[in-house]
Amino acid sequence: MDASVKRAAKSKRPSKTQDNLVYAAVWLACFAPLVWLAWRAFSGDLGANPIETLIRQIGVWGLRLLLVGLAITPAARILKKPRLVRFRRTVGLFAFAYICLHLLTYIGVDLFFDWGQLVKDILKRPFITLGMAAFVLLIPLAVTSTNGWVVRLGRATWQRLHWLIYLIVPLGVAHYYLLVKADHRPPLVYGAVFAVLMGWRVWDALAKRTRA
Amino acid sequence: MLIRHAPDLTDNDVTDRALYLRRREFIGGAAGLGLLGAAGAASARGLTYGPGFSTTETKTSRKDITSYNNFYEFGVNKEDPSENAGSLKTRPWTVRVDGECEAPASFAIDDLIKGNKLEERIYRMRCVEGWSMVIPWVGFPLKDLLARVKPTSKAKYVAFETLMRPSEMPGQRWDTLAWPYREGLRIDEAVHPLTLLAVGLYGDVLPNQNGAPIRLVVPWKYGFKGIKSIVRISLVEKQPATAWNVLAPREYGFYSNVNPAVDHPRWSQATERRIGEFRRRETLPFNGYGEWVADLYRGMDLKRNF
Repeated sequence: MDASVKRAAKSKRPSKTQDNLVYAAVWLACFAPLVWLAWRAFSGDLGANPIETLIRQIGVWGLRLLLVGLAITPAARILKKPRLVRFRRTVGLFAFAYICLHLLTYIGVDLFFDWGQLVKDILKRPFITLGMAAFVLLIPLAVTSTNGWVVRLGRATWQRLHWLIYLIVPLGVAHYYLLVKADHRPPLVYGAVFAVLMGWRVWDALAKRTRA
Repeated sequence: MLIRHAPDLTDNDVTDRALYLRRREFIGGAAGLGLLGAAGAASARGLTYGPGFSTTETKTSRKDITSYNNFYEFGVNKEDPSENAGSLKTRPWTVRVDGECEAPASFAIDDLIKGNKLEERIYRMRCVEGWSMVIPWVGFPLKDLLARVKPTSKAKYVAFETLMRPSEMPGQRWDTLAWPYREGLRIDEAVHPLTLLAVGLYGDVLPNQNGAPIRLVVPWKYGFKGIKSIVRISLVEKQPATAWNVLAPREYGFYSNVNPAVDHPRWSQATERRIGEFRRRETLPFNGYGEWVADLYRGMDLKRNF
């Protein structure tokens, strides 16, 4: 964030109550897919293969939230709502939670804690290898998501570490793409969204350079 | 092991027997209903259930069998076929049987259904994706139909083709697979007594999403070999092209026999989830039909001929 944006943010700070309400709304929105899936599971509406449906749906929501997270900075700039960026951490941590749950369901419910099979899957199945790599790379980002860690690492180092997300999201998309049997349109849509978000960043960086 | 084969199976608990005996009325429609009903009941009394071919395992529910389908002509998601297949018109319908045979012919679907002794066969179905079902089909052995066209000695393979009708099969408007769907069998596989042309399910007319009006069932092979809504069966000399093999030759072989020892390049085939069960179960070689079909592949490298 440059200085002008920070100033703007300070001048328009809303009341504490307003702030809490907005946060609550974001939390609810992030929780909604999980509540909806839990409801469908509870009412037996997950189809003939509920375990597969759960694993896939939770995973897809993890990917969607990662993309929402990546869309916040461009949205804040384009809409001139700089304070939107405070939701990057919330959305990112929710994405991490969904991905943890996705992994847990796969290990605990699908494989039923067959650790030998898990190791085989990771080594032999490219789509699982990529998914697992994405998950492992997300861990340091989740751990260093607190203000304390930003201070500890220093803003620049922290920022560089969090650029890992630009690798993690395409890994997630590839993980999805490699799983699909014939219709690659859905994973390609997520790939395209990622490409647009990255394209904006490149364009923005180039524009800054020409301005400087 | 859970798979037991009743020596002479009379298991007909899948649907009410009275209803089951009336199935030809549903099939025959309004035309000559009384006559058909009587004839149907007479021949049904003499039904022969394949000796020991039906499994006594718990059948998958009708709801799951008819709502969890891979039938890409109606969309790529499992629920798409049950939602979209209503548009398919299955009458009139003819199946052309031609190629290397002395008496090529076109058969009207109702003649096929009336002219063959229908049997119930409760088969395991293992999908290449790692799930399985137990399905009570009603049908007749493919070999009965092939015998009627008198194959010549040049008939080494059998090629199958699904209907091509994008106006009723919305999935065909996208080139996910090279339409129309094609499948193939070696002639000895095709005339094997286990190989079935199914026209019914759970004692009723085959629902559209399951491949109406007539589909192939080869229980020792992955489910995608069971081509649906067949319009053409050709006896051929050369191994025919098959839809999934054309799309991804490394992943889907011509044979595609169920084999826990040969993994799909992207996932393991060692285990499967039986629909309706929680824990995965071991996948059996030839889907548990090895005692009848393993001989067909004696001396073949099943890893190479996957």
